[in-house]
Amino acid sequence: MPETVTLAVARYRPETESEPTVQTYEVPFRKDWVVLDALNYIKDRLDGSLSFRWSCRMGVCGSCGMTVNGQPRLTCAAFLSAEPPGPIRVEPLRYFPIVRDLVVDITDFVRKLKKVKPWIVREVDKPVAEGEYLQTPDQLDAYKQFSMCINCLLCYSACPIYGLEPSFIGPAAIALAQRYNGDSRDEGSAERLRILSEHDGMWQCTFVGECTKACPKHVDPAGAIQQYKLQSATHWFKTLLPWGGR
Amino acid sequence: MSAPARYTPFHPRWYRRRVSVWWWLESRSYTTFVVRELTSVFVALFALVLLWVVWSLGQGPEAYERCLARLRSPLCLAFHAAALGFVLFHSITWFNLAPKAMVVRLGGKRLPDLFVAGANYAAWVVLSGAVAAMLLRS
Repeated sequence: MPETVTLAVARYRPETESEPTVQTYEVPFRKDWVVLDALNYIKDRLDGSLSFRWSCRMGVCGSCGMTVNGQPRLTCAAFLSAEPPGPIRVEPLRYFPIVRDLVVDITDFVRKLKKVKPWIVREVDKPVAEGEYLQTPDQLDAYKQFSMCINCLLCYSACPIYGLEPSFIGPAAIALAQRYNGDSRDEGSAERLRILSEHDGMWQCTFVGECTKACPKHVDPAGAIQQYKLQSATHWFKTLLPWGGR
Repeated sequence: MSAPARYTPFHPRWYRRRVSVWWWLESRSYTTFVVRELTSVFVALFALVLLWVVWSLGQGPEAYERCLARLRSPLCLAFHAAALGFVLFHSITWFNLAPKAMVVRLGGKRLPDLFVAGANYAAWVVLSGAVAAMLLRS
């Protein structure tokens, strides 16, 4: 087993550089280390100026998403030992503007997420005195998969459509819209359908399917988008029928 | 962009990478995707050829004979061979994607993807068989 491993880390220091450069670091190779551990080793022992985001170290917070050897990954789940031999390339998530080193700006996603109303929409809220909204295990099962999203944005980074058309609302936002559409307590699906049927909505997706492969929580955003398209098309055909109201 | 950047603390100068024109060669799945998209051109062309055959059938027996003669030309045969390949690729990738879009629930449980894709393949075989039977009988 090698004693050290080389990390080729993308650096971008806007105060001195006009474009990203690559800096290499030697870090100890340990079987139980993930790329995030190696980055923290660099930050603590070798170069305190390296910037990156992280928090929970256990695939829950969704902060440490980066491009590892060309693939969008959670660095807390990317074991050094699982990477092919040679330097491990660590770069910021693709398609997002780089703020510094491995930190990207995700304002665009947050704005889009808010647009799809990812919360339970009710026409009339039930008074608290009437108790909670009840749900059976089967009803929970209908949307649970989509509720696992941690907003890590690996799916955006895997989506060439988002790279080419940055106005595309994107995989996670649509999957989260579908999460609330599938919730038996929600009444906002018509509103969301209107928002997602716009030019930058679901129809921009051409089903590359990479978002689903990149998703660390098995949310299957590609599936969510296709299901949404099917529902939208069914809805449209219904409006053509004489008894189908517009 | 070679001039040194002017950095202001509260308005960081973001760096945006341009997507390469060759992005679709970066990974196998991107290439498969682009090829699947391109197959639609052949599907459309084949549909146009079929419409042309139907149209010439309506123009009378002589026009139809002329049309058949043209279809026998090597160029036309080559096109049909290529179109068949692309349409097959299109159909198979499409059937494999179908379970993603169609979630079928039976008794509260989601049917495995294999069933949905299998149903599509079965319908394909049955319909192709029916068309073949019709053609072979005549």
